[in-house]
Amino acid sequence: MTRHIRHAGVFCALLLVALLLNAARVQVVQAPEYDRSPANRRPDIARYQEPRGDILVDGRPVTGSKDTREHLRYERTYTDGPLYAPVTGFASQLYGTTLLEQAEDGILSGTHPMLAPFPLWNDFTRARSRGGDVVTTLDPAAQRAAYKGLAGRKGAVAALEPSTGRILALVSAPSYDPQPLSGNGAAATRAWRRLNADRDRPMLNRAVRQTYPPGSTFKVVTAAAALDAGVVKDLGAPTDSPDPYTLPGTRTRLTNASRGCRDASVREAFTLSCNTVFAKLGVEVGVTDMTATAQAFGFNDSALRVPFAVARSTFDTSLDKAQLALSSIGQYNTRATPLQMAMVAAAVANGGQLREPYLVERTTRPSGSTLATSGSRAVRQAMYPSTAVRLRALMREAVENGGGRRAAIRGAKVGGKTGTAQHGLGNSGMPYAWFVSWAQGDRDLAPRVAVAVVVEDAEAARGDISGGGDAAPIARAVMEAVLKSR
Amino acid sequence: MSKAGITVATADPPAPAVRRLPRRRGIELALIVLAVLLSVYGYCAVGLAQHGTLPPGAAGYGAGLGVLALLAHLAVRLRAPHADPLLLPIGVLLNGLGLVLIYRLDLETPGDRAAPAQLVWSTLGVTLFILVVLLLRDHRVLQRYTYVCVVAALVLLTLPILFPAVNGARIWIRIAGFSIQPGEFAKVLLAVFFAAYLAANRNALAYTGRRIWKLRLPTGRVLGPIVAVWLVSVGVLVLERDLGTSLLFFGLFVVLLYVATGRTGWIAVGLLLAALGAVAVGRLEPHVHSRIETWLHPFASIDAGEGPNQLAQSLFAFAEGGMLGTGLGLGHSVLIGFAVKSDFILATAGEELGLAGLSAIFLLYGLLVERGYRAALAVREPFGRLLAVGLASLVALQVFVIAGGVTGLIPLTGMAMPFLAQGGSSVVTNWAIVALLVRVSDSARRQYDGPGTP
Repeated sequence: MTRHIRHAGVFCALLLVALLLNAARVQVVQAPEYDRSPANRRPDIARYQEPRGDILVDGRPVTGSKDTREHLRYERTYTDGPLYAPVTGFASQLYGTTLLEQAEDGILSGTHPMLAPFPLWNDFTRARSRGGDVVTTLDPAAQRAAYKGLAGRKGAVAALEPSTGRILALVSAPSYDPQPLSGNGAAATRAWRRLNADRDRPMLNRAVRQTYPPGSTFKVVTAAAALDAGVVKDLGAPTDSPDPYTLPGTRTRLTNASRGCRDASVREAFTLSCNTVFAKLGVEVGVTDMTATAQAFGFNDSALRVPFAVARSTFDTSLDKAQLALSSIGQYNTRATPLQMAMVAAAVANGGQLREPYLVERTTRPSGSTLATSGSRAVRQAMYPSTAVRLRALMREAVENGGGRRAAIRGAKVGGKTGTAQHGLGNSGMPYAWFVSWAQGDRDLAPRVAVAVVVEDAEAARGDISGGGDAAPIARAVMEAVLKSR
Repeated sequence: MSKAGITVATADPPAPAVRRLPRRRGIELALIVLAVLLSVYGYCAVGLAQHGTLPPGAAGYGAGLGVLALLAHLAVRLRAPHADPLLLPIGVLLNGLGLVLIYRLDLETPGDRAAPAQLVWSTLGVTLFILVVLLLRDHRVLQRYTYVCVVAALVLLTLPILFPAVNGARIWIRIAGFSIQPGEFAKVLLAVFFAAYLAANRNALAYTGRRIWKLRLPTGRVLGPIVAVWLVSVGVLVLERDLGTSLLFFGLFVVLLYVATGRTGWIAVGLLLAALGAVAVGRLEPHVHSRIETWLHPFASIDAGEGPNQLAQSLFAFAEGGMLGTGLGLGHSVLIGFAVKSDFILATAGEELGLAGLSAIFLLYGLLVERGYRAALAVREPFGRLLAVGLASLVALQVFVIAGGVTGLIPLTGMAMPFLAQGGSSVVTNWAIVALLVRVSDSARRQYDGPGTP
């Protein structure tokens, strides 16, 4: 009997060994896999255990955290939700994060390795640092001016500092308040459904995620290409261009909205915004040079991050002459984000040098010490400096004598270009009103701001739509705000 | 008795009674104090983690547990002075730890406090322990009640059929607001019955009856009653949908039959029957079938978009614990949902104490079982041996079935983790088991003390 008792004891010991081995398997060997499971809520709980770091505008946080005392403890709050939504995005416990909240999530949620007290410390202790802050480049006055200007309309504004590429304003209208999306309850679900069902698409960031046909504002690019390629030497010399202009190889005739475009000089054509002159100019420059210049300005670049991704602005590279003519006046397949057109204006203002735009000045630890600064971003020579000088003169003239009169600011040099872009099937859609411009105060050494404004649904009769009427005042308000703020 | 265990110190004939074994009651006392202190420490750790302050009830909790443990210790000192000094402290430590874990989970579920009731049941359990130790002077007395035990066990098993099912299992009866699981008590009674019956009939089982090939079949007269009892109990369990317990009875039966008769054939027959039963039940019972499916694919429900099931949540909790655990009061095992304080209590231990703590708990159970077996080897008469083996195996099998279930080693069957889990009947039953083991180990070690000891 003793022997059998021992056997039974060995059997029980085997059961124990099986339990111990299996516990080690589950808790050590397979633990990483289980931890990564999307259904495991522990990472979420840990993520919301601490207040999220803040996004700062001009030294003041525009975000916050609210203690809900629930499982997912801290919820995101926003001080000026709709105003900064195109920059901050939302941080939702249900729907994830977007824009800055997404791009800087590592810093804000405390998982960034630089936030750890020592290298690899958090990996060993499985702890999580408190989130750091993200300091933006925004100018609150410019942001507010743009937001106010677009009130009640659909459209977007992007403003840059030409010499650095700092983004001063990024507004999309209609906007939305990200705060109701922060939580995880029925209210968040309702808000999400409502916002997604809204036909005005308030959650679409029109300033960076939507491309529009840039229309006549693209003539700045065409002029730069023509000057760089040497197709145009004297801006005052009359060009041999008919009115209307028959697109090469077709019977389609291109007309102008204003008179006096036949054989007009480039300077006059720019001020009057003559389609015929610039279409013909684009054809004369040729696909290769037009493409090169457009891409130097940032078209066809899908890698731009500010730090969140920006929609790719397009300039078609395989075109026949008729298509090239249309593309050169910002129609056909040419499309641009408002940010892209602000970059065009900024490159002109900055002597032809294009600074890559960025939105994050620096990131800091929760204590306030700097974690990382944006550093200097890449510079591209979009055109010769001499070309930039001549284009600046053209743009100033367009403001003083052309369609951009309403953007003029007393005591400042302002250059701009209006645009009205047809779109829709057979151009049936409400045209977009565009305005791109830059401004330099009398005491400034260089232009301090470049702006692009697009208004989708200007509330006016079709014929009256023009960038000069609808978009220029908004651009002017933004530029004034920047010039005033020291 | 076999002559194979030559190396066994406790093999008969008895050694001359010159050697006096140390009684080691002082060691027991020290270990009890340690167990109480460990539990109080855990209680404080929970409070500190949750609120940053010492919990107000810590002193009262420690005092309560300490007084209970000391009373039990006094009973052992009085009536079982030779008993194994490890049994009681292990029971105290596991019970104290269980109370800490339940208290910790209560903090997450304010609407459903389980710790106070568990404390009452623990008190009842320790009281039962004391009563058994004081009143049962010799475990052999139980042999007189063989048939009383079996009838009582069967009655207890069939009672819940009269009551409504809870969570798919009819294992509870409700009396005066308390829900009791009579099946828990039946475990001990059946173990006593099996031990007594096999002790009386083992020779008949082993050496009579027809021989078929190499397997010697015992006569139906001997085998009949025991198989009938076992079949009835298993049938009842299938009706009540309590598979864990049915597995447990089955294992207990096979182990005791093997130890009593020494016939390896029983193991083969047992495994065959087990396989047949498992296949049949798995086919017939959708409830069981889904359990097996869940065990094979614990994350299938996630892929199907239904969210994690309880087993998946339990595995997540264990995984989160890692080597050292999150610390008491800092885990999120409450995500497991209902049954987190009963069947899945081990997940909380795994998450908050880590592999280290979980292994320690397993080793405590292992030690308890090992001490039971040691008593079985030391005691001289067959009933005591079978009783100790039965009770120790009962603990071992219970731990294996539920711990294996929640860690994904075997299909999950609902069962209470001895001493740790919420469930009054289970706590009381396990204290009775420890009391019986104390009694057997006392008589096992007393025989070396020679006659005439007080």
